[in-house]
Amino acid sequence: MTESNYTKPLPTPTSDSLPFWEGCRRGQLVLQRCSRCGRFRFYPRATCPYCHDDKADWRPLSGKGVVYATTVVHRAPSSAFAPDVPYVVAIIELEEGARMMSNVLGCPPESVVTGMPVEVFFDSVAPEVTLPKFRPIANQS
Amino acid sequence: MGRGLFDGKIAIVGVGETRVGALPDTSSLQLHAEATTAALADAGLGLADVDGVLTAGSRLDGFLMHSAAYAEYLGIVPRYGATLSLGGAVHCAAIHHAATAIMTGLANVVLVASGDNLLSGMSRTKAVEHLSQAGAGHPEFENPYGPPIPALYALIASRYMHLYGAQPEHLAAVAVTMREHAARNPNAQYRKPLTVNDVLASKIVSTPLHVLDCSPISDGGGALIVTSAKRAADLPRHPVFLLGAGESHTGEHVSAMPDFTSSAAQSSGAQAFGSAGLGRDSVDVAMLYDSFTIAVLLQLEDLGFCGKGEAGPFVAAGGLRLNGDLPTNTHGGCLSHGHPGKPGGIFHLIEAVHQLRGEAGQRQVPNAKIVLVHGSGGALATHCTLLLGA
Repeated sequence: MTESNYTKPLPTPTSDSLPFWEGCRRGQLVLQRCSRCGRFRFYPRATCPYCHDDKADWRPLSGKGVVYATTVVHRAPSSAFAPDVPYVVAIIELEEGARMMSNVLGCPPESVVTGMPVEVFFDSVAPEVTLPKFRPIANQS
Repeated sequence: MGRGLFDGKIAIVGVGETRVGALPDTSSLQLHAEATTAALADAGLGLADVDGVLTAGSRLDGFLMHSAAYAEYLGIVPRYGATLSLGGAVHCAAIHHAATAIMTGLANVVLVASGDNLLSGMSRTKAVEHLSQAGAGHPEFENPYGPPIPALYALIASRYMHLYGAQPEHLAAVAVTMREHAARNPNAQYRKPLTVNDVLASKIVSTPLHVLDCSPISDGGGALIVTSAKRAADLPRHPVFLLGAGESHTGEHVSAMPDFTSSAAQSSGAQAFGSAGLGRDSVDVAMLYDSFTIAVLLQLEDLGFCGKGEAGPFVAAGGLRLNGDLPTNTHGGCLSHGHPGKPGGIFHLIEAVHQLRGEAGQRQVPNAKIVLVHGSGGALATHCTLLLGA
């Protein structure tokens, strides 16, 4: 949902991260996979933080992962986030191994627990910016 | 002493501190200066003796070269100076830097000073907003999702509790003990005793952290004077010696933290104990960086005082109290003595000196000979461990 009055911090893509943000705008989660050690890395950067090699290629991810850590924010960091309180900020561990921070939506905030399987969806928050967010995977027993 | 790299060669010879709390009509540099004047008087030295200056910057003053701006304010021309930036690890790291400068002859007398009027300098709302914009999280990959600073620690607390079964009462016990110590400290900001129920009844900031799991916002300043043991021998106070030090920094951002429940304090602590040639059971008093209650539990484990997952019960059973197995933050910590932001950890160092000199009054731990001081910044991302001895 695009808000006309979006006052939350927006990411400014860099030459490192442009393919990631362009992927989000297309509705696809893409990350760099190191050509030497094969690990996916987040956040995007020129060299592998694991083996330090500088060659990588961008690959699409499944978009699935699990909640590694979660918290429900009750006191927003700024007035821009106040209307959303309470909301989930979580660290998601993607299937492919990389971890990222995001929000988990589509369920009561208190129901989000460590280990919960989630999948990505894309939130077009501003004309040029789409943020990857997560929701519980449906039909989990 | 005669151990390791520092080998009894480096001494803290003076400490000074302002009151902590609401100090309107002060400025950041005034707080630096008040603490500096007190520290120099304590050391029996003058500004003319100082040839090195280390500061930690300010959340309010936007100087480009803070330590140089402070030297300018004081009217001295140091031959060694830097503005350090490591979050809550900065003051321990400053002592580490001062020690290496003195050992290598870059400076003889180093002033470490820090002060800020984070409470009175801006409204509480603005302070919270400012702290968030100033780098609560990564501007591109974290801040768009709205984590306030407590959320970064809350994420760590959440995973820790999930993995080890720690309870909210374990975290609350840290806050209760800090307040107990602050009650004996006339300089502390918050002194009214707390119970575990009080902590759990306080509003949730970001689950599982309540308001009383988080340190307050304060005004205040502190300073220390570091010199060689040789120089210290001519000065009036009993020196406090640097026995060992270690640093380890995994980064800045919580989403890049390799392991949420084991921090690089494991490495900094091992280095400090190794360089001092000391074991954990030699520590009489600990000063741990308590911006949030969860940080204390993780430091207790990562520094080797408790096994993984065991710090909660240790604290709940009174382990950190003055008569406990590891008296900790005898001044009340950031949680109750106060947290002026950048200066937060300087008071842990100053209290360590008070304990080792036997001048901690009602908070004195009998026969305190070895004190560990640990500083940590980010969300358990930067770490510096010092061992100090009488």
